[in-house]
Amino acid sequence: MKRVGLESSIAIAEAVKMANVDVISAYPITPQTHIVERLAQIVADGELDANYIPVESEHSAMSGCLGASAVGARTFTATAGQGLELMHEVLYVASAMRLPVVMAVCNRALSSPLNIWGDHSDVMAVRDTGWIQLFAENAQQAFDLTLCAFRIAEDPAVLLPTMVHIDGFHLSHVIEAVLLPEADEVKKFLPPFRPLYTLNPDRPVSMGDMAAPDVYAEAKKMQDEALRNSREVVLKAWREFGKLLGRNYSPVETFRAEDADVLLLTMGSFSEVAMEAIDLLRGKGEKVGGVRLRLWRPFPFEELRQAVERAKLLIVLDRAVSFGGPGPVCSEIKAALSHLEKKPKVIGFIGGLGGRDIPVKGFQEMIHRGMDKAAKGQFDDFEMFGVR
Amino acid sequence: MEALGVYAPRLVSQRQGFASGHRACAGCGEALAVSLVMKALGRNVIISMSTGCMEVVSTLFPHTAWTVPWIHTLFENSAIVASGIEAGLKALRRKGASLPQAKVVAMGGDGATFDIGFGAISGAFERGHDFLYVCLDNEAYMNTGIQRSSATPFGASTTTQPAGKVGMGQLTWKKNMPAIAVAHGIPYVATASPSYPFDLIAKVKKAAEIEGPTYVHILSVCPTGWRIPTDMTIRIGRLAVESGIFPLYEVEKGKYTLSYDPPKLRPVEDYLKPQGRFRHLTPELIDKIQQRVTAEYAALREKAASG
Repeated sequence: MKRVGLESSIAIAEAVKMANVDVISAYPITPQTHIVERLAQIVADGELDANYIPVESEHSAMSGCLGASAVGARTFTATAGQGLELMHEVLYVASAMRLPVVMAVCNRALSSPLNIWGDHSDVMAVRDTGWIQLFAENAQQAFDLTLCAFRIAEDPAVLLPTMVHIDGFHLSHVIEAVLLPEADEVKKFLPPFRPLYTLNPDRPVSMGDMAAPDVYAEAKKMQDEALRNSREVVLKAWREFGKLLGRNYSPVETFRAEDADVLLLTMGSFSEVAMEAIDLLRGKGEKVGGVRLRLWRPFPFEELRQAVERAKLLIVLDRAVSFGGPGPVCSEIKAALSHLEKKPKVIGFIGGLGGRDIPVKGFQEMIHRGMDKAAKGQFDDFEMFGVR
Repeated sequence: MEALGVYAPRLVSQRQGFASGHRACAGCGEALAVSLVMKALGRNVIISMSTGCMEVVSTLFPHTAWTVPWIHTLFENSAIVASGIEAGLKALRRKGASLPQAKVVAMGGDGATFDIGFGAISGAFERGHDFLYVCLDNEAYMNTGIQRSSATPFGASTTTQPAGKVGMGQLTWKKNMPAIAVAHGIPYVATASPSYPFDLIAKVKKAAEIEGPTYVHILSVCPTGWRIPTDMTIRIGRLAVESGIFPLYEVEKGKYTLSYDPPKLRPVEDYLKPQGRFRHLTPELIDKIQQRVTAEYAALREKAASG
């Protein structure tokens, strides 16, 4: 294992290289460019034997992955914001056809107005596409989760595409110390891709048939079961990853939450800043703690309940707007807790839109405002935090 | 004719890559085209198909008409899915996988080719993938019910550009897709028609053997959308060629060759008259079409002559 300073984007490219990917099909978009540029260079330098398809759109980037994956190639792409939107319909096909493509998403705001900076509008728009979705908080996690993504996606019991989310700029362009495993450690963790069916003239199959109402629902039921059941494989992959490389991941992670009355739930890179704010408040004797969602799909119902059921108040930060409705994460959390006897009250904030920073002080303020709103019974106003 | 009955089966493969039993309309020229294409290609192929008539009629789950590996994902991406297949096979072979030979072939209708998938096709041609693209052109969105595309000919009545009291159907001239393919500098472009089956088979075979992107454009007569009797498919296909409306030619490395150059073109009226979609055309409009076809055919002949 060696310790190097790497930008998160470069760390992802290194993970893709170590995973010995066969095909990269990609289209450039800010803030994802460093990943695909680095990969293009890695291929050009002969460090990775892969075919890099420089396609003409994100719709084609994902479509190229479908074709490559269907012949049994290990396949990777990366995108962000508008790019994820342009490939939207293709995402459903990747999961429904059980093609285990791995994609890094440098989470970015959506137009209009044009904004290239980070938020989760793009992620939330693809929530229901049937992909396994993981959130990274720092460069090390970006590397680790990318490696794990191949292992999870290609498991014969899963065969589902997997997204690794890193916040645009706040994470994608940040240089941090990253521990890189040795090649033999990666080999031990990540077996070769062995698909059940491929496009092969010796064993012809028809993939992507039309399905009438008499079978469509059954196909969707099977797909949903596959995604729900992937949880076990995710947990197993993380357990083995922890054993092998000493870094442990779980679907929901907590911070100073054991005896906390108030919890703040975050996803992605803002979580580390939120933890600093929690440390400061703890220093002043306030019983606050943090909850981070690592696994967004399949949704970790059990782990979430266990993490939050003892608290009195759960404050949820959404980095996306569901116009005219609750924040998308907040609404999921509320739904997951709704039938529990003993559960925290939930207050939702919208914040960090289009790259707007929330500093440590901001999170302290958010926690206090949340407590204040709960006391006043303001559960439906989903305040946009820090807006002029 | 008896002699041909003995002779033809020896020339054409008995193998059905696209088997019978699919759900195409009676007299479907497109199904005939696909069947001939598959005879030309043999077993060592992988087909990437766009959404459209042929995808819908051939694969209603759990049935399939395909005896070769076949994939359909979406409407506008068969060319890029083919690019991915080709790149995947190349990478896997290079890394030591033992895989059978397979020519990658993308297929789409005129909507998938001229309109919605245009960018993906251009991208795949430009990148130089080793694949054949077959356009099955029936001159409108037939699968959804005869809506106009940019392949619909001038004057044709469709459900979204109908002839009416003031409207005269399609107001634009058909996009020249083979010329656009040629403009990409790809090694082989050809037009073909199931009404000329041996010519079609020879062209598809040639296109499949050439390394790099190749394009075969097949006029696929659609009795349902063109409003003709179902036993007229072959006849109408021949009239399209004989009138110069759909000339048969090849373009090898930019060099044009006419596959069939009738000594005298038939009047376009012979082709237009039997079709319900042109029923409303006035003599003036037919004359306008005639002038355009005559000029375009002369230009094509010129190109073929100059080499």
